[in-house]
Amino acid sequence: MVSLAVSSATAPGSASAAWLESVLSAFDQPQFLSSGGVSSGDLALARIRASARDHLRGMGMPRSHHEAWRFTSLAPLIAVPPRVLPPVRHEGGSEPESSPATEALRLYWDGDRDPLAGVVLPEGLSRIEPAAQEAFLGTALAEAGTEDSWLARFSAALVGQVLALRVRGRVSVPLELVSDCGDRSGVRPLRLLLVLEENASLELLQVHRAAGPSLSTAVVETRLGAGARLRHGVLGLGSDTSCLFAHLAVSQAPGSELELTTAVGGWGLVRLEPALTQSQGAAVTRLRGLQVARDHQIADLHSLVRFQGPEGQLDQLQKAVVDDAARSVFHGAVQVPREAQRTKASQLSRNLLLSDRARVDAIPQLEIVADDVRCTHGATVTRLQQEELFYLRSRGLGADQAARLLLEGFCDEILDALPEPASFWQPARSLLGQALPQ
Amino acid sequence: MIRPDSPILLEITDLHATVGDQPILKGVNLTLRAGEIHAVMGRNGSGKSTLSKILAGHPAYTVTAGTIHYRGEDLLALAPEERARAGVFLGFQYPVEIPGVSNLEFLRVATNARRGARGEEELDTFAFEDLVRERLKVVQMDPAFLERSVNEGFSGGEKKRNEILQMALLEPLVAILDETDSGLDIDALRIVSAGVNQLATPDNCILLITHYQRLLDEITPDFVHVMAAGRILRTGGKDLALELERRGYDWVDEGLEPAPQADPAAPALEVV
Repeated sequence: MVSLAVSSATAPGSASAAWLESVLSAFDQPQFLSSGGVSSGDLALARIRASARDHLRGMGMPRSHHEAWRFTSLAPLIAVPPRVLPPVRHEGGSEPESSPATEALRLYWDGDRDPLAGVVLPEGLSRIEPAAQEAFLGTALAEAGTEDSWLARFSAALVGQVLALRVRGRVSVPLELVSDCGDRSGVRPLRLLLVLEENASLELLQVHRAAGPSLSTAVVETRLGAGARLRHGVLGLGSDTSCLFAHLAVSQAPGSELELTTAVGGWGLVRLEPALTQSQGAAVTRLRGLQVARDHQIADLHSLVRFQGPEGQLDQLQKAVVDDAARSVFHGAVQVPREAQRTKASQLSRNLLLSDRARVDAIPQLEIVADDVRCTHGATVTRLQQEELFYLRSRGLGADQAARLLLEGFCDEILDALPEPASFWQPARSLLGQALPQ
Repeated sequence: MIRPDSPILLEITDLHATVGDQPILKGVNLTLRAGEIHAVMGRNGSGKSTLSKILAGHPAYTVTAGTIHYRGEDLLALAPEERARAGVFLGFQYPVEIPGVSNLEFLRVATNARRGARGEEELDTFAFEDLVRERLKVVQMDPAFLERSVNEGFSGGEKKRNEILQMALLEPLVAILDETDSGLDIDALRIVSAGVNQLATPDNCILLITHYQRLLDEITPDFVHVMAAGRILRTGGKDLALELERRGYDWVDEGLEPAPQADPAAPALEVV
């Protein structure tokens, strides 16, 4: 069902306010800042942190009367213990011996240690030193106008270090950033700054995993120079008690190409906020998204694409598979102001409901002022097609197996767009459950 | 090939069926023996396609009376996938497009389901590729179609070839081909027909459902049945199809006049 009913499921005000206060004080320790190995003492970050804390105390927690959060209950969030997620010596301990399926540079990213310590970066990839970060930090957010996103403020208020990378030319090895909270409890804030210079290109997979009552919250800021190309995947594999927040702000110069693919499933609560700006138009943006939610899970994606000049292109496909009493929210804003003539934008939301109690809220929000544009949008909500199921069963596939094959087919259109290192994580199996019975 | 002593594979007795509240089949009787090719002809709405879907177990149809036995077993008691594994195959009039599902993977899973039921070893990816490449020749199909999603973007002819390819892989004992000739040009019709002829053996039987004589020019039936108003009104040899072509379906409708409603159990066969 697609519905615009107002949710009243937001966490009770006082409990959530207390939770927020506890989280802020857990991350208030001065030693937390200095323990960060990447950019400790960096003034820009300290300023962003202080400003975010001020704002957040003013904003409080999101409530159901906040338009951007009215479908998204925060109950799973405030069930996360409001403390710093304890670091572990061996991140990704569940597969310490494993290595990526393809040649990729895997960095373990826990917000505490320096992911680049002892790592030889491939040609074209380098660290941005703290002194040089100030010119970039916060700028992609500012261009998208999403500094006041609660999620971005919240994350900024906690972060103690920034992983900052610059790309020159073509980096031939895909980069993989893995944050695995394991079954530990607490909050892990992360921040990534990525600057692709003119004509640079990179393939990046960002993996978030969690199996316990944890919150991973990430702000990723990306700047694409003229002619730069970024293929960016976000794969989030969670559990009923885990939460994932990610704000993904990208600023694209003319001639740049961004392919951003997100695939998340299994989280008690997951919210992604891609906020993309074509600073002068004339860039190409391809957005792909998949949410898988079951039981009482909530998957929310709020995207914003802003064209600030002519001849920009957007191709957006957002999918959801929703079972049991789970809920999917998709809010897709596209802004085409007067100066963005000859913009071509298409947005499609396709949703598969597997239960009568599952719920999908798909809300396109196209603000088009320019008159010479081609913008389309659409949303479908369907069940598994009986004729497709019957066709497969008439060839000997059991009902479950047929349904599974159809589900995989539905998801593969998105999963196939993830950067190559994703195959290591077997996304279809991880998101949909057990392997296809043969 | 008619051999009176060959085993009965499919026996339909006084079959009545509805879709929703609408009665479609009103007493169908039909017996198929190993080695035989039968053709069922009739106008749109005569119940031909309903009969084929019921044989495959489509959930939208309800059997209200009568029986179907497959090799002596109650076919109606089996789920669609159990029928397929046991050797009943329906070639669809409109093969379904399934985006995102690889044709090769689908064919492999289907073939292994049938092999498992026959007590044969399942084929791994490599062994299956060998098998499928060999069977592609039956319908002169381009291997590129294996890499695509099931039937997605296939032309009408390609879809029908894909159906016959599935038949070649599943080696059914009863194959029901529902308007396999529709949407085919002359060349594709010849290729598909040649494939079916190649797959017809003394051990299996084929039920062709068609509007037109032209399919029967390519695949010679042993029996031709004419359906109207949910029953088989006439049965004959291959000449019946030619006569039908000449005289039109109105001729068959004459057989409807002694309306059988008073006695639905009366034999509905009229041998020409």
